[in-house]
Amino acid sequence: MRREAPQKLTDYGPLVFPAGMLIVFFVVPFATMIAVSFFRRDPSGFYTPDFVFDNYARFLSLFFGKVLGFSLFLAVTVAICCVVLAVPFTYLLSRAKRRTQVLWLVALLSILSLSEVIIGFAWSTLFSRTAGITNLLVMLGIMDQPVALNPSFGAVLTAMTYQALPYTVLVLYPALVRLDPTLTEAARTLGASPVKSFFTVVVPALRNTIVATLIMVFIFALGSYLLPQILGRPQHWTLSVLITDQAIYQSNMPFAAAMAVFLVLVTLGLVALTVIAGRKGEAA
Amino acid sequence: MSGLTLQNIVKQFGQFTAVKNVELTVPHGTFVCLLGPSGCGKTTLMRMVAGLDLPTSGAIKLDGKDITNVPTHKRDLGMVFQSLALFPHLTVGENIAYSLRIRGVGKEEQKKRVDELLSMIHLTGYADRPVAKLSGGQRQRVAIARALAISPKLFLLDEPLSALDAKLREAMQVELRQLQQRLGITTIVVTHDQREAMTMADTVVVMNSGEIRQAAAPVEIYRRPADTFVADFIGMTNLIDFSADGAGAHVLGAAIPGLSVPAGLKSGIISVRPEDVHLTAPGNAPVTGTVTFVRDLGGTIETFVEAAGKQIVAVSMPNARPDVSVGQSVGIQLNPDDCVVLKS
Repeated sequence: MRREAPQKLTDYGPLVFPAGMLIVFFVVPFATMIAVSFFRRDPSGFYTPDFVFDNYARFLSLFFGKVLGFSLFLAVTVAICCVVLAVPFTYLLSRAKRRTQVLWLVALLSILSLSEVIIGFAWSTLFSRTAGITNLLVMLGIMDQPVALNPSFGAVLTAMTYQALPYTVLVLYPALVRLDPTLTEAARTLGASPVKSFFTVVVPALRNTIVATLIMVFIFALGSYLLPQILGRPQHWTLSVLITDQAIYQSNMPFAAAMAVFLVLVTLGLVALTVIAGRKGEAA
Repeated sequence: MSGLTLQNIVKQFGQFTAVKNVELTVPHGTFVCLLGPSGCGKTTLMRMVAGLDLPTSGAIKLDGKDITNVPTHKRDLGMVFQSLALFPHLTVGENIAYSLRIRGVGKEEQKKRVDELLSMIHLTGYADRPVAKLSGGQRQRVAIARALAISPKLFLLDEPLSALDAKLREAMQVELRQLQQRLGITTIVVTHDQREAMTMADTVVVMNSGEIRQAAAPVEIYRRPADTFVADFIGMTNLIDFSADGAGAHVLGAAIPGLSVPAGLKSGIISVRPEDVHLTAPGNAPVTGTVTFVRDLGGTIETFVEAAGKQIVAVSMPNARPDVSVGQSVGIQLNPDDCVVLKS
């Protein structure tokens, strides 16, 4: 259905409420944070209003650079893992019987009800030496003795992928259900094996959806600060962990704000780059 | 034997039998139409030939080789789907070249073949267009070209023209038939449109509720329908009860001399096409009836006559316009050669 563009000021009426909510709960806090990032820290108290670049200057060090680099690397890896796992899974799910689909979707939704803390401690138990999954492998005779799998990068990656996978599946699901099943049948009649038809038809036809999902999981993973602390070593801590540390334990709000603003800018920049690259690919 | 042979094909979905004991031989290079109402099993039968569904029992043979369990992508066939199923992320040229690319054909050769096919479907120069920018008829042609890119052994089309408007559909029917004759490719088309089947096919296979009711040349199907379903489904017809004794057959309360009925048959149904019902002055024919309605369509005139409690339709051309009006009494002349005795 096509409707006329709003003409008068009153036509924008329905937008007042959502716009108001957005301003009060998003624009104002974010503006406050930007302002605070230029304030001076008061060691005896909180902060004093000022306009200095010290907080940003302090951030430009090798240490924080490495942390930022690691955070982006971790988020990208989680995003790729999630999409690589979720696309074939969701494709098979969307072709399954209605009942099977509902059961899987309910199971996935129930993962969403778990808090990050519970996911973190559950995985830290599963990865432990005394009660972890390696004990099972020992019982099966695959390993000689149980080992601790955390803290490690693998543990952080596994838990974060586990946490983000339901979102990934739920974002991909509608697009895959809408995909015309005769497309893969056509590919098969034209000589493509089922696996080949998946990679030459399903994946390319869903390119835009997959890129959008990658961006979503990437941003979601960038904000994670509990799992790296529970399951990782200090070198696996992300920028979000440091922001929390500065804001809550060091009471250095201006510096935490500066890091947060910087993180948002870097994220926006990367997303913009992806979108531009996607546009170019489409035009070609 | 070269061509496609279906032996005793059965397909069940749970309790429901979609295809029942189908036997069919399609000689190499012929054009066969599977015709029937929706839900008659014709699409299921074609999907089994394509390998997209597996028969519950029975065998499918192509050029003498059993292909019943050969997966679809190894059957070397071309298929056009009802939805066309053109790949939205590829251009016209890439769509047509898909089967060649999958088979690892070189880029140069792909391009040559695509150009060849594009000129065949009168779309030269369209290779780089996205498929979304094409009209319905053009998309139809691209789907046909894509299916023919590898010169398949078998060309299958599932309701290929149903998305087109009436005029374009008629033109495409002729074009498709001419293309098939030029390429000499064994072709099976699924359709519910009897005009389409009559236009294109060498053999029309009429199906109903999972069974083949009659498989014959289009004119044969029309002139000599095997049973009441075929007679009723193909074109317009008059289905009239008859009774027979040793002396001859009686229709509408009058004897039809010369109508031969299988020995021992006491009663049954005959089919008479409306153009074979001749109206005469009352008294000049054995049966007399009353005109109830006249539908003058310009090209043809349909006259509805009630005789012996039965509605009979007669079709005549304008140059032989019967000078009748509603309520008038007319004679009905039936030629014994035009009456087909049907299997009950």
